[in-house]
Amino acid sequence: MIGWEEGTLGEQVEYVEPAVFADAIAEAVEESGSLAGLFFFGDADGQVELRAVLADGGDLRQLVAVLPPTSRRYPAVGRLVEAAVRYERLATERFGIEPEGLPPQRPLARPTLRDGERRSAPVPGLFALPYGPVRSGVFESVEWVLSTRGEEILGLFPEVRPKRRGIEQAFEGRSPEEAVVVAERVEGTACIAEALAMAGALERLSGIEVPRPAALARLVHAELERIATHLSSMVRHCEGAGQAVAQARLATHRETVLRLRAALCGHRFGRGVVVPGGVTGPPMASPRDVQKTLERLEDALSADLDLLMTTPSFLDRLRGTGLLHLDEVVTLGALGPVARGSGVSDDVRHNRPTKCYEELGFRPAVASEGDALARQQVRVEEVRESFRLLRAVLAELADGSGWQWATRPWRVPLSPRDGTALGWAESPQGEVLTMVEVQGGRVRRAAPRPASFHNVDLFPAAFKGDIFTDFVFIEASFGLSIAGAAG
Amino acid sequence: MRWVTRGLRNGIVTTRYPARADNYGPGYRGAVAVTDAAAASEEEAEALCRACPSGAIRRRGARILLDQGACVLCGRCVELAPTRVGFAPSVEVACTSRRTLVVPSSPHPVAGASQSPIRRPGRRRWPFRRSVHVRHVDAGSDGLEEEEILALTNPVYDVQRLGIFFTASPRHADLLLVTGSGVPGMVDALWETYEAMPQPRLVVAVGTDAVSGGFLGAGGVDRFVPVDVYVPGSPPSPFSILHGILLAIGQLQEGDGG
Ligand code: SF4
Repeated sequence: MIGWEEGTLGEQVEYVEPAVFADAIAEAVEESGSLAGLFFFGDADGQVELRAVLADGGDLRQLVAVLPPTSRRYPAVGRLVEAAVRYERLATERFGIEPEGLPPQRPLARPTLRDGERRSAPVPGLFALPYGPVRSGVFESVEWVLSTRGEEILGLFPEVRPKRRGIEQAFEGRSPEEAVVVAERVEGTACIAEALAMAGALERLSGIEVPRPAALARLVHAELERIATHLSSMVRHCEGAGQAVAQARLATHRETVLRLRAALCGHRFGRGVVVPGGVTGPPMASPRDVQKTLERLEDALSADLDLLMTTPSFLDRLRGTGLLHLDEVVTLGALGPVARGSGVSDDVRHNRPTKCYEELGFRPAVASEGDALARQQVRVEEVRESFRLLRAVLAELADGSGWQWATRPWRVPLSPRDGTALGWAESPQGEVLTMVEVQGGRVRRAAPRPASFHNVDLFPAAFKGDIFTDFVFIEASFGLSIAGAAG
Repeated sequence: MRWVTRGLRNGIVTTRYPARADNYGPGYRGAVAVTDAAAASEEEAEALCRACPSGAIRRRGARILLDQGACVLCGRCVELAPTRVGFAPSVEVACTSRRTLVVPSSPHPVAGASQSPIRRPGRRRWPFRRSVHVRHVDAGSDGLEEEEILALTNPVYDVQRLGIFFTASPRHADLLLVTGSGVPGMVDALWETYEAMPQPRLVVAVGTDAVSGGFLGAGGVDRFVPVDVYVPGSPPSPFSILHGILLAIGQLQEGDGG
């Protein structure tokens, strides 16, 4: 141990030697808590900073090790803590460092060929059948690698690397405002949550709190995003189960949500609403219109969900499908509905709530069965809870026929000081964690950690004797953002 | 059984687009239009260029040029210079030439301007009599373009009524919708899909990333496949994508409508 110091924000940051970095993390994970994130910040001169974020309930603390330019190796964290493997693999690709002791990485099923390269030979004895990245239907690109040995299906491995955009680099040198705009592009279906995590980190570095109306407006957009994204997952379920009417109705409800968001801010997914220090301004639609639309939507949607969740032919397809045990979910660090469907009650809105969520008495939705049905039940409960939150918040925000604070700015100016900070938010897919380093008022480096980056690793575990026709339900019940998983 | 009666409850939700123009409301961010290209000074023009996070604004002296194909509709320029640029609520933002997207010379009126759709019967430049079969490839999007393409099949847009069908195989596809900027890992797959399509074939670049590369900056998908129609937007709405498809197959022409 090199010792510890107070971080920029008074949180605990501990510096250790790279040689004992893995052991220190393993010890902390064993004692209590989990590895929430492992971030690698590389410098032009070759120095790489390793920053582990450990969560103990709602508390976060950091363990930091610095790899000097002269050294590329350190004992891999992934040997001891499985949830770290994905991060170390990414770091190897990006910075050429060599965590020692990691199992060899699965070769790309269809590697992109560069000049003079040849396709790598398949793993002996294992037949890998790639399905994708382009496949029938409208999907984000991901290659499902079906591993078989003879006739036995060993697993379905999601290969997200073909889609990697390298979005992290797009943050470098950005102003706080721009950084939030880039964050909105990390994963589209969670763009509000990504923006909130980025804005939160910058606000923490500036020592400011957003004005009350802005905090409420942020909650409105975050919950509408959750409803829309959860509905997308449900529409896929209905499609797979051949529930044509349910599919059509839920898709129509989803469109209503997107149009409501467009009426609120001019964008169907709420891009441009969140800015560092608050939100751009009061909603464009009147409170009465918003409340009326929401009321009607809630009535219709809630009746449809009641019926859907008592339709035997629908439930039968999901029950027992894509089973994830509690220990798998914990070991691999699953997040969001994927974790909560298997009995984990973590939800940022409860563990590290903003004041609004705390006051409203938010309670996470949890189910314990661990199958696709359990994840669907969690999403249904979350949609209902979102409506409850929206009702309460809109009642407070409305002021007669207009909005509270209509003539005052819904944002405060901010100037982040130099340092590193974390931001977080609960996206529809689970916890988003973003680490930002600011220097001279600009973002020097940033690393967003979408929930799907964790959840995608649970996919192979969900195939326990499941057959190919279960695939669509398992995929829909994960609700992955491939953009988020690929980075 | 109960779903049957519930299905009847929907009533008519389907849009009548393109017979009647449909927008998302007066405040909708369809595109950014330049209302006054002549900034007061070079400094003012320069400030606008610097404010744009995606590098969509350039200047020639004090005159500003805005590339709608690179714009992510973040609104920072509108906040900074509301007398020079403004949001246009129009959803018909697609066009057949990449250069048309650099404005001024925008066909899109700004917020508040009246919308009067005038339609000419489309000149058929494509030999599809009844239907067009569409395939989609994600070449590195952020995931929202897919959501909006998928929405085209919901009862509100119901593109089947216009003879537009999504097909599983590129071998049956007439038109390819490409999202994302064409990241290195997807270039081969994109090209293979395009090559597998029978001729003649059409390509529509969907979204700012596909049009210009957006934040990734390296360029759009026309680096890899020939693009017939560009649909900017981050993401473009279902109406915009539909407009792009109809433009590609010659059912609508540029300059038609809103
Ligand atoms: S709205 Fe478009 S042009 Fe204006 S600043 Fe944003 S990206 Fe640039």
